[in-house]
Amino acid sequence: MFTLLTGVLLFSIFVALLRFVRGKTLSDRLVAFDVLGLMSLSLLIILALYFERALYLDIALVIGLIGFLGSAIFGRYIEKGI
Amino acid sequence: MLEIFGFIFMTLGVLAFLVSALGLLRMPDVYTRMHVGTKATTIGVVLVALGACFLEPSWSFKLLLLALFVLLTNPLSSSVIARATHKNGLTLERDELKDAS
Repeated sequence: MFTLLTGVLLFSIFVALLRFVRGKTLSDRLVAFDVLGLMSLSLLIILALYFERALYLDIALVIGLIGFLGSAIFGRYIEKGI
Repeated sequence: MLEIFGFIFMTLGVLAFLVSALGLLRMPDVYTRMHVGTKATTIGVVLVALGACFLEPSWSFKLLLLALFVLLTNPLSSSVIARATHKNGLTLERDELKDAS
């Protein structure tokens, strides 16, 4: 069951990565980056359940924090420049 | 019994992620991609965390904290991206009602 969930989630990550590579504007890439961060966060939750390590949840929390900061800062960069 | 609920919630969350990724590839412009790319992933993370709470009840504090954090910050970051894109001058692919910028 965990294998199936991980497989579907990895397929979704691959498709979102395709948009990240192809996307025409910077905003497209930024949206894809946001989605990729959240997908890797829940992949870490599933892997934490599979390997039974609570440490992975802390890493997931840090990924959420860094992803949010990255999106906010890049949005500000698109809006106003450096 | 609890495990069945957990797997149902996690499957729904992963399906939301799948829909989000396909919509990200399929939608025509930035705003519609943003629509599918932020709402569906928010509900996906919340459902996966709830399912993990059912499967492993001793971790539920951290998981609920994670879900609450995503629920608070994800609309904020999508709002920042949307405002920046709009100020940057990108428009909709099919603009039937003109945008009063």
